[in-house]
Amino acid sequence: MSEVAMDATPPEAPGKGGIFTPFNIITTVILLGGAAILGLRFTHGLAATTNLSHTYPWGLWIGFDVMSGVALAAGGFVTSSAVYLFGMKEYKPIVRPALLTGFLGYFLVVLGLLADLGRPWRLPFPFIKSAGPTSPLFEVALCVALYLTVLFIESTPPVFEWLGLKWWRKLVGSMTIALTILGLILSTMHQSTLGAMYMVAPTRLHPLWYSSHIPVHFFVSAVAAGLAMVIVEGMISHRAFHHQVEISAERFESINFGLAKAAAVTLAVYLAIKCVGLAIEDEWHLLGTGWGAWFLVELLGFVLLPCLLFAVGYRERRLTLVRVAAVITVIGIMLNRFNITFVAYNWNRATTEIYVPSWMEIWVTVAFITFAVVAFRWIANRMPVMYEHPDWKGVH
Amino acid sequence: MTVTRRGFIGGALGAAAAAATADAGTVKHFEGYPGRYGLLHDTTLCVGCRSCEAACKEVNGLPPVTEPLDDPTVFDSIRRSTDTSLTVVNRYVEGGDDHGAVYRKLQCMHCNEPCCATVCPCHAFEKTPEGPVLYHAELCMGCRYCVMACPYYALAYEYDNPLTPKVMRCTMCYDRIKEGKLPGCAEACPMGAITFGRREDLIRVARERIRKFPDRYIDHIFGEHEFGGTSWLVLSGVPFRELGLDEGLTTEPLPAIATSYLGVVPLVITIYPGLLLGMYAFSKRHEAVAAAEREEAVTKALAEADEATQQKLAAAADRAAKDKQRAIDAAVKKALADAEKGGES
Repeated sequence: MSEVAMDATPPEAPGKGGIFTPFNIITTVILLGGAAILGLRFTHGLAATTNLSHTYPWGLWIGFDVMSGVALAAGGFVTSSAVYLFGMKEYKPIVRPALLTGFLGYFLVVLGLLADLGRPWRLPFPFIKSAGPTSPLFEVALCVALYLTVLFIESTPPVFEWLGLKWWRKLVGSMTIALTILGLILSTMHQSTLGAMYMVAPTRLHPLWYSSHIPVHFFVSAVAAGLAMVIVEGMISHRAFHHQVEISAERFESINFGLAKAAAVTLAVYLAIKCVGLAIEDEWHLLGTGWGAWFLVELLGFVLLPCLLFAVGYRERRLTLVRVAAVITVIGIMLNRFNITFVAYNWNRATTEIYVPSWMEIWVTVAFITFAVVAFRWIANRMPVMYEHPDWKGVH
Repeated sequence: MTVTRRGFIGGALGAAAAAATADAGTVKHFEGYPGRYGLLHDTTLCVGCRSCEAACKEVNGLPPVTEPLDDPTVFDSIRRSTDTSLTVVNRYVEGGDDHGAVYRKLQCMHCNEPCCATVCPCHAFEKTPEGPVLYHAELCMGCRYCVMACPYYALAYEYDNPLTPKVMRCTMCYDRIKEGKLPGCAEACPMGAITFGRREDLIRVARERIRKFPDRYIDHIFGEHEFGGTSWLVLSGVPFRELGLDEGLTTEPLPAIATSYLGVVPLVITIYPGLLLGMYAFSKRHEAVAAAEREEAVTKALAEADEATQQKLAAAADRAAKDKQRAIDAAVKKALADAEKGGES
């Protein structure tokens, strides 16, 4: 709510309050704990730190850090395409925070992968030693590597403006359209191929979640997740960086309502294609089972409900509803990726084999998110992310 | 290799791959390497002695079995292969008065078209012409996609190895086969329940058994066609589902399903730039047209305003001139009147 944000006392500007602020103490504890667990992981193995098993080789680090992380970082390509390619200039103020969130999100994906891989130092093997181009994961790896580079370059303008490197800033500015198109190509490819990774497992993934359309499900839900994440990110950063925000509360609200409208449409499309999936594979009868009930919780509670909330919020101009819808959507995407990665996966195995993440897996995941938040805060406190640099107003 | 036959679809090759991708979608069919080896597990002969388990561990240099071979409680739960037990025997049907217990040995099935090989981003798996699927640990980065993808839950990972973990699975005793020896399990089986040989011969043997003893067997050889077929074949007297084998799902190889979407990727790469630049051009043009219309409207409004001002000015000048004339006229009149008055006085 902007009213609350307006009335709330602006957070202390950086530099005040010394080093031992509650924020710093808590983040340090989380990060040090995460580092200790990762130390244990690389001295005693994945068995000492995770609940992964031969039947559940992928757990929270893949289900959240990789599968959800990539989807939630989709806001970068969604907003930059809208502004630079489709001419929706009114969204320009949110492109920089969205691209930075996207870059940090993908960075987090790579961190999660490095923790999860058996031999992470071999990450470049598919490109330099022994390529397996038949693997959907090969395509994902290639796209993520390239897109991380694209996001990195797209995130440099604030850095160059901060450092006053005009020539570099102009060079990157001139690449905007090319980078945006490349980002959209790479995102379309790997967002959908992440879903295609599960097409190999028609017997292991429950038929309600398995679909020959799963790549499209992943792509469309990622667009919804990206839009929702931009709203959530704006909700938090506009409070935290209140003193930096230049645009008026009305303009910020109208941007949020625009995003809400887009998210409502995207979620409606997603709901529709999920129903198409049920219809063409004739799986309606499975909705009557226990798995069906769980599937309906995901589909009605975390797709249809936020879709309606977005629509009503947009129509009635109620920012609170929009924000509630955005939070539900973000949770819903995580729920979907968890269901596909380890809940509805191996659904017909004995219940004794069920995977539940260990506290250490959860801690490391929280530490990675904390790391991203700290990095965002550090950058936004120094560089023109939340506002336009006076020398570069209105420039790509 | 069956895998590299489809191996052109990677995004890396981009547009150049589009032409090659067509090959994977055509009607070409690879029947598999002729004369490749396989094993036949006849579950109607298996008594659950687990000699194969012990032999497997021995020939692979793995720690010996933890549960003694004569311990019947092992069968109280369904086990799976692990990184230290590449094969395990489970009891799926308990013995009764009218029938014996049914056991099945499980291990890597050595698929004709293996999922593990298809989904490996490092190409660490190899389907050998002899039949066994081999894993090359020196290429593996440990993503465990193979473990996740295997429809037979046959792959295991060394989770307690911190720095050099490997995927662990049956190798069909590839080295022993090359030396002309039998795989460890086939050699150890005292009941003749495991037969090693060329796959086509094993299918003939299995058919012959079903023909001779139709009451003893279900009329189906599991692994002949399932998911494109496997090197390990299974005969059973009870429905295969009771043995934990998904029977009759599809004969289409899973790799074909897994990679079907990748054909779209080159299309995205080739279509998107043109499409998106087109949309960019549309939005730019829209802006340009809007700007031109705005400019025109402004010019017109200015011109109209200009005209009105001119008229107003002219009217004002007119009025001023008239006022001036009136003032002059009045002054003249007054002067004349004054002069007249002065003349009279």
